[in-house]
Amino acid sequence: MNATPTAFKDRSAALDVERIRADFPILKVKVGGKPLVYLDNAASSQMPQPVIDRLVRYQQFEHANIHRGVHHLSEVATGEYEEARRKLQRFINAREDREVLFTSGTTEGINLVMHGYGRKFIGKGDEIILTTLEHHSNIVPWQMLAEEKGAKIRVVPINDAGELLIDEYEKLFNERTKFVGVMHVSNALGTVNPVKHMIAFAHARGVPVLVDGAQAAPHLPVDVQDLDCDFYAFSGHKLCGPTGIGILYGKAATLERMQPFKGGGDMILSVTFEKTTYNTIPHKFEAGTPPIAAAIGLGAAVDYLSAVGMDKIAAHEIDLLNYATEQVNGVPGVRIIGTAEKKAAVLSFAIAGVHPHDVGTLLNQDGIAIRTGHHCAQPVMQRFKVPATSRASFAFYNSMAEVDALVAGIRNVQKVFA
Amino acid sequence: MADPKALYQEVILDHNRKPRNFGVLEGATHKAEGHNPLCGDHLTLTLKLDGEKVDAIAFTGESCAICKASASMMTAAVKGKARGEAETLIREFRDMATGTLDFATRPHHLGRLTVFAGVRDLPTRVKCAILPWHTLHAALNSVTSTSTEAEDDPMHAPIGDA
Repeated sequence: MNATPTAFKDRSAALDVERIRADFPILKVKVGGKPLVYLDNAASSQMPQPVIDRLVRYQQFEHANIHRGVHHLSEVATGEYEEARRKLQRFINAREDREVLFTSGTTEGINLVMHGYGRKFIGKGDEIILTTLEHHSNIVPWQMLAEEKGAKIRVVPINDAGELLIDEYEKLFNERTKFVGVMHVSNALGTVNPVKHMIAFAHARGVPVLVDGAQAAPHLPVDVQDLDCDFYAFSGHKLCGPTGIGILYGKAATLERMQPFKGGGDMILSVTFEKTTYNTIPHKFEAGTPPIAAAIGLGAAVDYLSAVGMDKIAAHEIDLLNYATEQVNGVPGVRIIGTAEKKAAVLSFAIAGVHPHDVGTLLNQDGIAIRTGHHCAQPVMQRFKVPATSRASFAFYNSMAEVDALVAGIRNVQKVFA
Repeated sequence: MADPKALYQEVILDHNRKPRNFGVLEGATHKAEGHNPLCGDHLTLTLKLDGEKVDAIAFTGESCAICKASASMMTAAVKGKARGEAETLIREFRDMATGTLDFATRPHHLGRLTVFAGVRDLPTRVKCAILPWHTLHAALNSVTSTSTEAEDDPMHAPIGDA
């Protein structure tokens, strides 16, 4: 980003942070008498009042089971649920609404692809390419598949900045390569991966690609047609929506070839004890009563984000990241882990001589919420030879003053441990 | 620190900076490794028992300040004590850290170890303080390796970090 003072000022003016903060009631919470500074957005984001109101309105006036009853409430609930699907379709620019599956979250989305696609099309001796940066949720399901089928996992290495080595990625391909799983944005380091290029490279060799978008969908405009990914998974609760809901996008032709993940009601057309005929997509993959309220809440959340503007959100978060990076770099004894050229608003750091858990506990005493630990990305920790990091992750409702609070908190930690 | 309830009191910081009995004993009779896979805390404990008495004890490892200070103060507390007394301290420390021992009104032998009482208000940090004691229990019972996440572990209290 060009961070000239003028551009900086203009972009900040484009996003009225104080007005946005007023929409988030939880930001008024006090922690031990101090104002909450919530910098754990990569773990879960907060919910604005319009989304809370939407959930309440649904429960008060619209709730019934969907795709079943002929009565008024069931029709209303079904209509709102399917409307939420179309909102998510527009949010990621999918071709059709039936390409948008409701899941319980990113983890379930990836597991659905493993069971529905992997178990059907990946066999003995086949290879799956993953990257060092992956979250455990995009490693473990593939390990389970590899163990079951006798398939092999190949891993794309990273450099000291936390960027994927794309030459090495390209060298991993051979005639046995059957699948690629890659995260769009690293939860541990913030690296934005060149997924569009990686997808094109894989497609030229006939290999489908799943993108874990859990950390990208909340922070950058996502266009699944432009990326041309085969699958794109993300979570509602990182996107100002409720927990227990997420999205798996899949190309219609691919979803149709896949086997169902879970069996039950709503995913069938007819059932006899001799033969069951599966429903069409997306319903084939949505067995049982889904989290209807959460899906509708997620629809309201993407309405909210779209009204603010994903471009503006991304620009403000980059301003926050650049400012935080500059400020933290100015504190002697603090090392930033993850210095990729292209990053989203995640700042992982290590304070010399202080364990991250002590950092987290002390910052909490100042009301500052960050994440400490391995971030469910132990291979990344091993690569950087640290047991854990401290991670501040920003959202569009964070302010520059909160970055200042973080930096003051870091200095306080150093003072305690001096 | 201004807040008297704050965990990072000077005595803890001092033991973190200058851990007592830090190292590995030559000719140890008992040894155990303790590991908390959730945060990466790792320590090795070596002991020399003379009959039922803890003659010498030392620890090494990589951990947060709470764990390191707890290990340091533990070694100082159990050195010269009988095995039974050490086991009593292990139990009392664990009960204090998990909040089941009201150490202000009930009799105990913890002495200055009560500086760790504050962890009971920080559920995610309880294991940091307990790990050395847990490892001591394993060493005294000739278990060579222990983890805060072992399923049959009586001190196991799952706290999410994954």
